[in-house]
Amino acid sequence: MPASLPDANTLIARLADAIAPTLTPDTFIVGIHTGGAWVAERLHALLGCKQPLGVLDISFYRDDFSRIGLHPQVKPSNLPFELEGGTILLVDDVLHSGRTVRAAMNELFDYGRPASIRLAVLVDRGGRELPIRPDFVGLTVDIPDHQNVNLSRLDDGHLTLSIA
Amino acid sequence: MNLQLTEDGRLRHLLTLDGLPRAIVTQILDTAESFMDVGEREVKKVPLLRGKSIFNLFFEPSTRTRTTFEIAAKRLSADVVNLNIATSSQTKGEAILDTVDNLAAMHADMFIVRHAQSGAAHFIARHVAPHISVVNAGDGRHAHPTQGLLDMFTIRRYKGAFHNLTVAIVGDVLHSRVARSQIHALTTLGVPEVRVIGPKTLLPTGVEQMGVKVFHDMEAGLRGCDVIIMLRLQNERMKGALLPSAQEYFKFFGLTPEKLALAKPDAIVMHPGPMNRGVEIASEVADGPQSVILPQVTYGIAVRMAVMAMLAGGPSA
Repeated sequence: MPASLPDANTLIARLADAIAPTLTPDTFIVGIHTGGAWVAERLHALLGCKQPLGVLDISFYRDDFSRIGLHPQVKPSNLPFELEGGTILLVDDVLHSGRTVRAAMNELFDYGRPASIRLAVLVDRGGRELPIRPDFVGLTVDIPDHQNVNLSRLDDGHLTLSIA
Repeated sequence: MNLQLTEDGRLRHLLTLDGLPRAIVTQILDTAESFMDVGEREVKKVPLLRGKSIFNLFFEPSTRTRTTFEIAAKRLSADVVNLNIATSSQTKGEAILDTVDNLAAMHADMFIVRHAQSGAAHFIARHVAPHISVVNAGDGRHAHPTQGLLDMFTIRRYKGAFHNLTVAIVGDVLHSRVARSQIHALTTLGVPEVRVIGPKTLLPTGVEQMGVKVFHDMEAGLRGCDVIIMLRLQNERMKGALLPSAQEYFKFFGLTPEKLALAKPDAIVMHPGPMNRGVEIASEVADGPQSVILPQVTYGIAVRMAVMAMLAGGPSA
């Protein structure tokens, strides 16, 4: 297990390089609030994507709602395009159980029926509980379940990864 | 013991805005904001309350309130059952708690209660099992908390904040549960000046103790207001000795374009509905550019979604 993780910006650049050859001009990039939205914003710029950027807050679709209740600050999802028939690149910061991605896909389908959804994550830390696998990964690393991998954004916009 | 909150300070029932902490009121308004876009989507639903059963228990007739609660519950994917009890078991003399127990035996998760008797929702809340929540949808002259909350949501949407506002509530405050809920919410949210305007016979004695300024002259009361909330004048009040006639009332306390001009130019006009056109409000005002009466109805759905989601989520008390 690594004591520290690589620089987030290096990983985002690596992720962008992997995505670039497959990115069609009609692809909509959608980030999952909050970390995934930061990564999506960077990818959107690095890839020179011409379509508007989308943000999903999956709070209303979480499967642990009846246990832990509603997150106090749910940001409205913002998908400023027609999702019906669209090609979606879904972006999250850390892929763990897969439950967030499951919730995100359910929410996307409530806006319409996309033609396809692909998944890009900055870090795949293992520990999947659902049959979900990413199409693009910045870093694959095994982190024990009791630890958390966090992406945080400093005031100057710099992104950093940490293990706690 | 506070019936409305759990020991760790979360919302357990929504019965009144009297004493409801500012943090909870703000949380409801913020949550409602995030539900606003659900009505705009292809699928106007989120799965939060899937599998929950919500019973609309209306012992007193209502169209708008019952319908918006029903839509709100359905947008949260709950199953909704509407019971207009005035026309069913109550006429057979079934006691209110027997009705509630029977519905609880059908695995109800939430009761939305409207009753002509003040305190009816509290009475039911005290009685139900820990996993069941109660929302007061209007009890007698006492409280109508979701109406008060949707009015605050409307004010926040149009005015942005509460700390710099002058708000006037006009009309039959005496018989109005809506007015009482509004006054509690406005003072909780820090509105510096809340005015009540009406004839002496329609203002409760000692209303000043709720932290409001009293005006019997509407023109004086409206000067400088940012928000004007008109109350419905119930027709049955005319029959008693409280008022001479609807025409007389309109002359002194009806909101006309001329009287509205005394408020700030960007003042908004609100009404909880249903309106008596030509009694408490002129049609030119009700349908005019400063009226936000129909947006209030739309916002009522998001606010009721927020209340139901906050009640249904998390571990039961």
